[in-house]
Formats: sequence, structure tokens, C-alpha cells
Amino acid sequence: MSEHSLDARRLLCPMPVIRTQNKVNELLNGDTLVVTCTDPGVINDIPAWCRINGHEIIGTEQNDDDIIIKIKVKH
Amino acid sequence: MSKQYKAAALISGGLDSLLAAKVMLEQGIHVEGINFFTGFCVEGHTAAIRKKHQDKPKRNNALWSAEQLGIKLHIIDIVEEYKDVLINPKHGYGANMNPCLDCKIFMVKKAKQWIEENDFDFIITGEVMGQRPMSQRKEVMPVVVNESGAGDILLRPLCAKNLPKTRPEIEGWVDRDKLLAFHGRNRKPQMALAKEFGFEDYAAPAGGCCFLTDENYATKLVDLWQARSTRDYEMDDIMLLKIGRHLRPKPYFKLIIGREEGENKFMQGYSKLYSHIKTVSHAGPLCLIDGPADKADLEYAAQIVARYSQGKNQDAVTLSISRVGEEPYEVTVKPLTADEVKQEWHV
Ligand code: SF4
Repeated sequence: MSEHSLDARRLLCPMPVIRTQNKVNELLNGDTLVVTCTDPGVINDIPAWCRINGHEIIGTEQNDDDIIIKIKVKH
Repeated sequence: MSKQYKAAALISGGLDSLLAAKVMLEQGIHVEGINFFTGFCVEGHTAAIRKKHQDKPKRNNALWSAEQLGIKLHIIDIVEEYKDVLINPKHGYGANMNPCLDCKIFMVKKAKQWIEENDFDFIITGEVMGQRPMSQRKEVMPVVVNESGAGDILLRPLCAKNLPKTRPEIEGWVDRDKLLAFHGRNRKPQMALAKEFGFEDYAAPAGGCCFLTDENYATKLVDLWQARSTRDYEMDDIMLLKIGRHLRPKPYFKLIIGREEGENKFMQGYSKLYSHIKTVSHAGPLCLIDGPADKADLEYAAQIVARYSQGKNQDAVTLSISRVGEEPYEVTVKPLTADEVKQEWHV
């Protein structure tokens, strides 16, 4: 179980979702992925993608510039 | 136990693909969705950029559809490969720059590749015969089947009864009697079926699934190609065509002027790639310059930008001009008058 990160800043939806999907597909069950984004669309889209595909959102943070979403991979 | 057959459903985010997938799920088929991202998809983008839409919930309709259906969704980036479809469509364009028929053929071809790699049995789409003038005419339904290479494993559940039998029907993987015979432009049967399945609040895009059907967008794309004397584009180009006011005072450069705070903020992300102009003495928009503008052009552009600032009626407005890779410098100019900003500059 390891922690990974993904920089999806300045990408517009659905690109952050696609990058998240492609990264998650490379990871193992139980790994975590921290995705950093700037498009507010991800607040809905990444959790929706996780719900559909069975992965778990374990945290969402937002500061002035970035939105940070932490995902637990469940294959 | 009999085998559970697997279908890949092309999910656009619209009602038809939602219904087609649901019809298959009702028959016990294992369905997973595929959504192709061409770069021109209507989903989210401008709503995400423009502040004035931020009261509306932003959702990706393809993800929403998959969630309603309880199926997995695979979003596939085809931005690069799609260029050839858009630039050289064998079957031409629809009302605007939409190469719908070539687009459909390409997507079904990609879906066929996907099902082979993922061990699925057939492909379904939400196409309805006669619904769209270009890509869903009766005569072109077999064109998609043949040119995509999908042949008899392409099933259109919403109008299957109007079409020749496909392999899933012949082999009894699905029950043809329970498929539908929708045709034409009347949307009432779809709406009734949506009601029967309990789908509410589904997306109903007016023009189609992408920006290429939009007249204003298509005009801007053609303008870009003409100005560069080449029919090519990068992802940044197609994003920037979706936002701002585009003015072309000279054939070789144009101004992209933010219309509100959300756009200005988004355009800020491009400020390292494009020369740009910002008002200093008054509140005003950010403007990106696309094309090889020289120093005099940039000063003229500054007068145009000043016209869109709070100082538009003043004698002097100070602006900062930044050329790519150079230190910004300030200029003080007289804003152009409303008449001097020519109507024909607006792309
Ligand atoms: S509207 Fe756009 S995405 Fe939809 S079929 Fe036509 S070209 Fe393809």
C-alpha cells in the first residue's frame, strides 16, 4: 500500500477525471492517490467517478488556489 | 448457469445513450460505458470557467448517466486522434463544423478496439434512425456498421427493430422482441421511456453533444484556421475558443478579451504562453494576444482593451503589456471609441 500523487492543475474537466482514472488503473488495491486540481468541476466529477467505479474518497480540501482530493483505490 | 454477455455502451451524457444502456441492463446484459473526450465536448468547461454560471450545479452528464445506470464508465481521451476526423472528414460536415458521420464511425471503431482488448461481446449506441439529419439518416446507419468495422456486433437498442438483425439478436444473447423501433425526430417515445424507467433531470442538449455544432464556435475555429493558413489546432486553442470576446483587428493577430472575473482568472493560466495586456489605471479585463503582433500592434491592441475597461470614456488609460519571455512594460493610451472598434473585427 503506497501513496501516490497526481498534478492535474490547470486542466479542465473531464481531463482531471481522465488523468485520475488512468493513474488509478495503474495502482494496487489499498493504495492512495492525492490529486491536486484547479477546475472546480472536479468537486463533483472526481467523487462521481469514484462512486461509479467503487473507489473511496477519503478527503477533500480546498484552498485559494487548489482543490486536493484524496482517493483510496479499491480494485 | 448461462453466460452473461457483456456490452460496451457509448455514453454521451444525453438521454438516448442512457436509455439504450438501460434497455440492455433490463435484459440482464453486463454493461459498461465508454465516453470519448474529443476536446469539443460540451461537458462542464465553460460553465466551470464562467462565474455567472456557478450557481448552477456543474456535473458531467456522462458520469451522471453511468451513476443512474449503476455501471462503470471509462472516459477515453481521443483529443489527438480526433484531429484527423475533424480536419479531413470523408463524409463532410453537418450544419456547422460537426463531422458527425465520421465522428460516429470513429467512435464505434474505437469502441470495437476496446471490446476486443477487454473481452466484451458487443457494442451498443443510443442512435435512433432518422433522428439527426447527418449521422442518423436511414441510409447512413449501415455506413457506420461497415466503415467502423463493427459489422454485426453493433446493436442500436432504441431502433433495432427497424434494422437488420445483429449477432446478439441472432444468437439469442438479447431478445429482439424487447428491443425498440423508435424513428424520426419525435422525442416523445424517449421521454415516455425515461419516465417508465424513472429517469428525471436528464440532459437535453439542444444542438448536439459538442461545440462543433455551435455556429459561433465553428466560426471562431474557421477564423483560426484561416489566420494561420493551416487547418490544425492544439488543445489550448480549442479551450480558448470557448471563452472571451474574440476580436481580429488585423489578419495575423487577434485579441481574446475576458468577459468577466471567471474568464480572466482562467486566462491567467495562459499568460506564460501568450503575450497579454492588462489595465493598470482602471479596472478592466485581461486580454491574450494570439498571433505575431509587433510593438505597434500591441499598443493598438491596448487601445482596444482600454475600450473594455472602466476607463473607456477617459482620455488616458494605463495598461501593462507583457510579451512572451520579456519584462512587462506600461503604456498610456486613449481608448478607442465605440465606433472605432469595428463590427467586423468580432469573430
Ligand atoms: S455532435 Fe460532435 S460529438 Fe456528436 S456526433 Fe457530431 S461531431 Fe461527434
